[in-house]
Amino acid sequence: MTNDTGTFDPSQTIASDGFRIHPDDLAAIEHECGHFEQPQAACIEALKIVQRRHGWVPDGAIPAIASALGIATASVEGVATFYSLIFRQPVGRHVILLCDSSSCFLTGYDALREALVEQLGIGYGETSADGRFTLLPVCCLGACDRGPAMMIGEDTYGPVAPEDLSGLLEAYS
Amino acid sequence: MSNHAHAQRYRCQLRQPAAERKAETHPLTWRLRDDGALIGIDDYRAKSGYTAVSETLSRLSQNDVISVMKEANLRGRGGGGFSAGVKWSLTLKGEEYPRGYLICNADEMEPGTFKDRLLLEQQPHLLIEGMILAGYANNSRLGYIFLRGEYIEAARAVSQALDEARAAGWLGNDVAGSGFDFDIVLHTGAGRYICGEETALINSLEGYRANPRAKPPFPGQSGAWGKPTVVNNVETLCNVPAILQHGAQWYRDLSGDRSNDGGTKLYGVSGLARQTGLWELPMGTTGRELFDLAGGMKAGHTLKTWLPGGGSTGFMLPEHLELPLDFDSIGKAGSRLGTGLIAVVSHQQSVVSLMRNLEAFFARESCGWCTPCRDGLPWTVKLLRALEQGAGEQGDIEMLDKLANDLGPGKTFCAHAPGAAMPLESALRYFRDEFEQGVRAPAVEARSGSAHPI
Repeated sequence: MTNDTGTFDPSQTIASDGFRIHPDDLAAIEHECGHFEQPQAACIEALKIVQRRHGWVPDGAIPAIASALGIATASVEGVATFYSLIFRQPVGRHVILLCDSSSCFLTGYDALREALVEQLGIGYGETSADGRFTLLPVCCLGACDRGPAMMIGEDTYGPVAPEDLSGLLEAYS
Repeated sequence: MSNHAHAQRYRCQLRQPAAERKAETHPLTWRLRDDGALIGIDDYRAKSGYTAVSETLSRLSQNDVISVMKEANLRGRGGGGFSAGVKWSLTLKGEEYPRGYLICNADEMEPGTFKDRLLLEQQPHLLIEGMILAGYANNSRLGYIFLRGEYIEAARAVSQALDEARAAGWLGNDVAGSGFDFDIVLHTGAGRYICGEETALINSLEGYRANPRAKPPFPGQSGAWGKPTVVNNVETLCNVPAILQHGAQWYRDLSGDRSNDGGTKLYGVSGLARQTGLWELPMGTTGRELFDLAGGMKAGHTLKTWLPGGGSTGFMLPEHLELPLDFDSIGKAGSRLGTGLIAVVSHQQSVVSLMRNLEAFFARESCGWCTPCRDGLPWTVKLLRALEQGAGEQGDIEMLDKLANDLGPGKTFCAHAPGAAMPLESALRYFRDEFEQGVRAPAVEARSGSAHPI
């Protein structure tokens, strides 16, 4: 059951398909709720917490988070599908965020993207056959003095020349 | 296969060595170390850190602080350029109003902008100190740092600094024995450029989609959860401690005759310059001085045009480099200072292609709330892509003119669409011939049957 009373109810965490929020995650979400006037505000962090454990946000997590926060399922899904760093389908073990904004565009983005697409055999929004990498574009990474820049997982690199790629990717198994 | 990867972990680094930076002249960066290491609380305290908090909270009233800030003429460093002191004076405060919120906008995502990252990663205590002072002046109950999710290193640094500040009594109940209660929560985002727009940011903080809100009411009247809310950029807040420590006149003198805007600015250069990077310089430093610090263009490239402060600012010509990089001077020349980090464009770069890249960014990042933005930006991209490929139709350029107008100020809730219109309008004005070359001439088409990419 979902409601709009906006109260955190940790007992309401099991979705119809059996998805269950991990108790540690539930505690983290509850802690997050304490930072805001209303539980709705913990929605984005709740999605990130679930994603950290599962790699993405499974379908069942949406109603489960909604129930826990006491907000509408549609509201959680609306948020989940709006934000680019919330993944609503499975991703590879490492997500590559390639900066496609103007300063990287001026310093070699096109060649870097082509090299990535060729080496990984995937385009934007796709995951490599071995499940290692998912490739996504990202807004200006704020590494413009060393473009073109990209992130692999939590690591930011720049400048990255196409010939650097194979060595760089090797470090991520 | 390369035997040794040359790609390096990105590290944000100021170009000026520590020996050149003094407390009297470089309020934002004088404590930063040459090795770029995080300034911990001990180091920060040893270099007069948190002095402004202890002195201000015991000595100045909220209105005193706001008066100093107005006099200093610190203008919003997130790109808007609105006076921080005036913004604070408009926040509803007093016994008849609930205590509200101070939000630090650390959602740095403006194309070509990499300045707040430096302050967040290397000197988060300066931001915390600025936020305590801003929170005090605005009678805020709580502060939030809205940090973009991709700034992993900054999140670690800020989180550690918050713990240190809390343990030392600079945050929490009765800050430094002043009777003022204030704490700060770090909130990390989940992507989307639009979160940097101040009312969209508030919606995002409240856990909703980042759609902007109608103004008025302004956040200072009704912001987060309907409470008076102040949203300031990282660099803006980092200026506050030194202003209160040394005074408004000192701050104004930093820029002196160069500009009416007070203080220093984190300026930067990206693109194909010899030495891209960041510098803390007096407000009103000219584009030429900054361009020269970057060593000019790389060999084989000459400067065709430049963006003064992000993807949402208008293109400037090489002769505009002589202008002071301040809000009024760049504004009078038909553009905006924006974030003050310039992107230089080589003569070899097609402006149509660059424009297509910029508009594709704005189209993707539109939140979809307002029709001109949601539908006009993809249309713009479609037209630009055709022109880029030499497959433009007669009338396409005129349609781009119309779109640049229809996406302009006053037609949408927020500044996203006007931000997209500004570079487009200026590109059409300065580089119209490049757009014209992308229009397929019927006669040529009939003869050769092929397009001519520019």
